[in-house]
Amino acid sequence: MLGPSGCGKSTLLHLIAGLEAPSSGSIAWWGSSFDATGTPGRGLAMVFQSPTLMPWARVDTNVRLPLSLAGVPVAESDRAVRDALALVGLSDSARLWPRELSGGMQMRASIARALVNHPDLLLMDEPFGALDEFTRQRLDDELIALWRERGLTIVFVTHSIHEAVYLSTRVAVMGPRPGRLVDEVAIDEPHPRGEAFRVSTGFAGYAQRLSARVAEASGGAMHDAGPRARRA
Amino acid sequence: MSRPERDAGWRHVAPLAVAVVVIALWQALTVAYEVPVYLVPSPQVVAETLVADAGLLFASLGVTVSIALMALGVAVVLGVAIALLFVQSRWIEAAFTPYVVLLQVTPIVAIAPLIILWVKDTRTALVLCAVVVAIFPIVSDTTLGLRSVDPRLADLFRMNRATRWQVLTRLRIPSALPYFFGGLRIASGLALIGAVVAEFVAGTGGQGAGLAYQILMSGIQLNIPRLFAALVLITLAGVAFYLGAVLASKLALGRWHESELQSR
Repeated sequence: MLGPSGCGKSTLLHLIAGLEAPSSGSIAWWGSSFDATGTPGRGLAMVFQSPTLMPWARVDTNVRLPLSLAGVPVAESDRAVRDALALVGLSDSARLWPRELSGGMQMRASIARALVNHPDLLLMDEPFGALDEFTRQRLDDELIALWRERGLTIVFVTHSIHEAVYLSTRVAVMGPRPGRLVDEVAIDEPHPRGEAFRVSTGFAGYAQRLSARVAEASGGAMHDAGPRARRA
Repeated sequence: MSRPERDAGWRHVAPLAVAVVVIALWQALTVAYEVPVYLVPSPQVVAETLVADAGLLFASLGVTVSIALMALGVAVVLGVAIALLFVQSRWIEAAFTPYVVLLQVTPIVAIAPLIILWVKDTRTALVLCAVVVAIFPIVSDTTLGLRSVDPRLADLFRMNRATRWQVLTRLRIPSALPYFFGGLRIASGLALIGAVVAEFVAGTGGQGAGLAYQILMSGIQLNIPRLFAALVLITLAGVAFYLGAVLASKLALGRWHESELQSR
């Protein structure tokens, strides 16, 4: 999901996660809809804009959280925690405190926590927005590898056009005031995409198209505000 | 020695140097101007009195310290319980906060006579007075801490269907710990002050006489060196209380919280 700030990307994510209730309508989750009272199944995990780790717990305890909240004994969850940490390359950091990790490593720990109970759907809310460009590209590549390995569905919110083109199979362009879906663009490009895709003409073409749709959506909103502004 | 080490060394040496200079000046001035001991006794006289009256003074110190410690214990248990109750509902907090504040702003000197009148056992009455003084920072800081939860972590707990109990024990209480220890530092000093003030009002002598009583009597008898010696002991006890609270905070938070990390 791609769009400028204030177009409701995060709100949509919160709705899917069951953290907010829709004022109208319903959300269908793999064919079966649920309303405000019914929460989606366990197969759902979320990664936030910031790593959101508990500072008072070591990395492995943080990763274990979804399992321990579900009442799984430590002995039984050990394997899942080890696997999740290995998946994001943090095996050696299991006993460290969150503050001892770099920003990128904290984000990896956060992703490991999300993957620890094998969700079917992973929601990611601008997860790499606060990281530097190099770390971000590396994590983008790692995320694609994870996605291919685990075969899960990822809903990824971003305001970076390049990240959207690079990661997505389908980009939903959203516009602000009121938040709405403007366009859906399929990125027909085989994975793994790699560095060559980033500098290809195909990449540039997709980026241009998305950029134009975002600009249109924002411009439209400004046009809408016109008559009201004149009345004022 | 590396620079940080030398800096750390100075941090301990500098306050001691100030103490040495002040005490030396005090000694020199009292001797030079022949100040009578009933006005300002020299440090030497105070030290001699401290040794001579050690039995009496340290027994009193024990009484005062034990009252203050008991009061601090009660204030912690009761204060945390009140804070936990407050965060269960905004209504409870809204209904009772004014009365906690009321307790805080009422001078203890004014209500101590009442408490001493109502509670038969003097020792219990003194503890109660000190609790009234010490409990406020515990309640207000712990309540603030229990509410200061990272909203995204709270979302995460909600998404994982955490029970109310899990949210309390694994999210709210750990989040509140740094705030609680901030409150404890203030409360530790206040418990001692509360104990001393209550003793002043109660004026209990004899077996259970605390340091406040010694100060009171020394003042009346114009035994100023003993008054100074008692003051020194109270001050040292206060510093020890504070350091105890700091140590507890270091033990509990040292490994993860920013406030206790060594500056590297």
